[in-house]
Amino acid sequence: MTETVLIQLAGIILFLPLLGFIVTLLLGKKIKLIYNFENAIIIIAFSLSVVLAFIKLSYYPQNTVVGEFQWINLGNLPVLGPVSIDLGIMVDNIAALMIIVVSLISMLVHIFSIAYMKGDKRYNRYFAYLGIFTFSMNGIVFTHNILMMYIFWELVGLSSYLLIGFWYEKKSASDAGKKAFIVNRVGDLGMFSGILILFYTYHTFTFDKIFQQIGMGHIPFNSEFWLTVTGILIFCGAIGKSAQFPLHVWLPDAMEGPTPVSALIHAATMVAAGVYLVIRVFPILSGGALFFIAIIGALSAFIPATIALTQNDIKKVLAYSTISQLGYMILSLGVGAYSFAFFHLITHAFFKALLFLGSGSVIHAMHHEQDIRKMGGLRKKMPITYATFLIASLAISGIPLTSGFLSKDGILAGTFAFGSLTGNWFFAAVGFLVALLTAFYMFRLVILTFHGEPRDKEKYDHAHESPFVMAMPLVVLAALSIFIWYTPNPFNPEQGPLLSQWIKAPVIYTPQDARYPFMRSDAAPKELGQTAQANNEEVVFSETYTEAMHNAHVPAMLLSLFVAGLGLLFAFLFYQWKKLNPDKLAEKIKPLYNLSLNKWYFDEIYDATFVALTLGISRLFAWIDAHIIDGIVDGSASLTRYISSFSGKFDNVVVDGLVNSTAYFSGFVGLVFRRIQTGKVQTYIVLVVFSLVIILFLFKSF
Amino acid sequence: MIHIGLSHFLFVSIVLFSLGIFGIVTRKNAVMVLMGIELILNSANINFIAFAKFGNFGYQGQIMALFVIILAAAEAAVALAIVLNIYKTFSTVNVDEIDTLKD
Repeated sequence: MTETVLIQLAGIILFLPLLGFIVTLLLGKKIKLIYNFENAIIIIAFSLSVVLAFIKLSYYPQNTVVGEFQWINLGNLPVLGPVSIDLGIMVDNIAALMIIVVSLISMLVHIFSIAYMKGDKRYNRYFAYLGIFTFSMNGIVFTHNILMMYIFWELVGLSSYLLIGFWYEKKSASDAGKKAFIVNRVGDLGMFSGILILFYTYHTFTFDKIFQQIGMGHIPFNSEFWLTVTGILIFCGAIGKSAQFPLHVWLPDAMEGPTPVSALIHAATMVAAGVYLVIRVFPILSGGALFFIAIIGALSAFIPATIALTQNDIKKVLAYSTISQLGYMILSLGVGAYSFAFFHLITHAFFKALLFLGSGSVIHAMHHEQDIRKMGGLRKKMPITYATFLIASLAISGIPLTSGFLSKDGILAGTFAFGSLTGNWFFAAVGFLVALLTAFYMFRLVILTFHGEPRDKEKYDHAHESPFVMAMPLVVLAALSIFIWYTPNPFNPEQGPLLSQWIKAPVIYTPQDARYPFMRSDAAPKELGQTAQANNEEVVFSETYTEAMHNAHVPAMLLSLFVAGLGLLFAFLFYQWKKLNPDKLAEKIKPLYNLSLNKWYFDEIYDATFVALTLGISRLFAWIDAHIIDGIVDGSASLTRYISSFSGKFDNVVVDGLVNSTAYFSGFVGLVFRRIQTGKVQTYIVLVVFSLVIILFLFKSF
Repeated sequence: MIHIGLSHFLFVSIVLFSLGIFGIVTRKNAVMVLMGIELILNSANINFIAFAKFGNFGYQGQIMALFVIILAAAEAAVALAIVLNIYKTFSTVNVDEIDTLKD
C-alpha cells in the first residue's frame, strides 16, 4: 500500500462522475435507461471514496498526500521570474472526510431522484447534470492549488445554474438560475482578485508553497494590511458560494430547482464549498481577516434566522436555515474554532440534506404543494418521513444525542472562548440567540407540517408515504444524524476519533503580530524552515486558547441546551398547544413581523440600488449606443451615401458626358468626312490634286 | 527669233498634264478617263525628254520615255480590259454610276 494508490484512487473518484456526465448527456436521448449508468458510476465513486478515506485515515492519518504535475511552464518571465503552474491532487484528512460526505450525499440524492423526478421529460439530462456537479465538487475537494479550486468553483457554479433552472419553462426558475449565477459572480470577482494578489506575490497557486512563503515572512506588498485584504478578497468567493450576508439573496430563490438538487447543492455540498475554501486558506488568514469573517458569519447566522421565523414555504424556511447554519460555520472559523467549523460542515451536510430530502418527500406526497399552511397532520400518513425529519430537526436545533448538538455546541463554545479571551461577547450572544431562533423555527416547521389536523383535506387524502428509493436515503441520513458515528460520548465530541485524531487545527503561517492574540505561539518564534515543515500534526494555537476552549465547554453546553429548549418550548406553545397566538403577536410587532416576512427587504433594497443602478447605467449606455454611436454610424452612413450619390452624379454627368461627347465628336467628324468618301474615283483625284496643290503651297520655301 | 528653252517645254507639259487631269476628272466615260491618263503620261514624257535635252543626263531621259511609251501601251491594254469587265459587271462605263468603292 503506497501513497500513490491514494492519488490514483482520488483521480478515479474525481473523473468517474465526469464520465457519467458525458455518457448520460450524449446517450440520454437515445437510451431511456441510461440514468442507471450514472447511478452505477456514483455508487462506485462512493465505494471508492470509502476505501480512500479508510486508507487515508487509518494508515496515513498524519500525512498529506500530494500528487502534482506541471500544467503550464511559462519559463522565465520578464517581471515575475520563473513561473510554472502545477495542477494536482491533495488528499489530507479534511479532503478524505469531505469526499465521503460529498459522494455519500450525492449518491443518496441520485437514488432519491430516481423516484422524485420520475416522469420528467428531461429525466436523463437531470442525472447528467448531477454527474457534472459531483465532478466539480470532487475537484474542489481534492485540489491542491487555488487555481484548480477556482476552475472547479466556477464549474460548480455552472452546474448549480443548470440545475436551479432545470425547469426553465417556469419563468421564476430560469430567473432564479440567472440570479444565483450573477450574484455568485460578484463574490467570485473578489476571490479572483485575491488569487491574483497571491499569484503576483508568490508566483505559484499551490497552497503549500504559498503557506511556506508566508511562513518565511514573505507577505503581499510587505504589509499585514494587504495580507488581511487578500484574505478578505478570497473570502468574498465564500460569501458568494456559501450565500453569506450580503450575497445570500440567491439561495432562497434557488429553491425553484428540483428538491433533491436543493438537498445536494444548496444545502449540503456546494454551499459548504465556501466554508471548505476558508478552511483551506485558513492558515494565511490574519486576525483582521478572521474578524471580518466572524462578523459576516454572525450577520449571516442571525438575519436569515429571523427571516425563517415567518416564511410559509417549506423549502424557503430550510433555505434560510441553511444560510444561518453556514453563517455558524463561518462565524466559527472567524473566531478560530477551526475544527468545529468543519465538524459542523459534516454534520450539517447530513441533517440538512435529510431535511431537504424529507421536504422533497412531503412535496412529492402533496403533489408539489410547498405551503406549510396547507399541510398538517402528515405524521400519520408519512411515518418514515416524519421520524427522519424529526431527527434532523432535533439535530439542527442542537438537542443532545444528535450530531448537530455536538458540532453546534462546539461552535458555541468557540464563540464563548473567544468572548472570554478577548472580552468581545458579541459573537457568543449572536450564537446563542440564533440557536434559540433555530430551535423555534425548525419546530414551527415540524409542527405545522406533520402535527395537528390536516388543513387541506383533499391533498391530505391523496398523500402517501414515499417509495423505498426515497425513504431509504432518508433513513441513512437520519442514522448519520445520530451522535454515535462521531463520538462515543454524546456530550463530548472530542472523545471521538474525528476531532481527536483526524481534524486538527492547522499550523498558522501568518506573522505573529497579525494574528489574534490567543493564536500566537507560546514558545519563542521557531526557526522559519521548521514552522514551514510542520504539518497539520502540530497545533499552534496557544495553551491559553486550549484552556479557554476547555473551560467554555460546559457553560456553553448548558446555555445552548437552555436556549434550544426555550425555542422548542415556544414553538410548542405557539403552534402545538395553541397557548399563545402567533397571529396576535405578529399584530403587536407588526413592523418587525413585516421585516421578517419580507426578508428584510433585501431583494427590494438590491432592486432599488444595485439592480436599478446597473439598469440605469445600462440604459445610459443603451441611450449612448442608440443615439450617439448609432448617430455616428448612421451619420457616416448617410454621409457616405451623400458622397456616393454626388460621385454617382459626377460620374453620370461629367465623366459620362466627356466620354459621350468624344463619341459624339467622333460621330460628327465621321459624318462630315463621310461626305468626302463618295466612292467616285474622280472625286478622289480632285481631292488628291487639291491636296497636292495645298501641300506645294505649304512647302513653298523649297 | 524666240529661243525655245526648258520652260517652254515644261509649259507644254503642264498644259498637257492639266488637260489630262481635267479629262480624268470631268469625263463621264471611262474610255475618255483613260485618254486623260494617256495625256498625263505623255506630259511626263515631254518632261523626261526636255530634261534630257537641257540637263546633263546622257540618254537616260530618252530611255525612260521609251519605257513610258511601252508602259502606256501595256497600261492601255490592261485598262481597256478592266473597262470591258466593268461594263460586263455594271452594264455601263459611266464612272459617275460606279461608286461601290464607298461601301
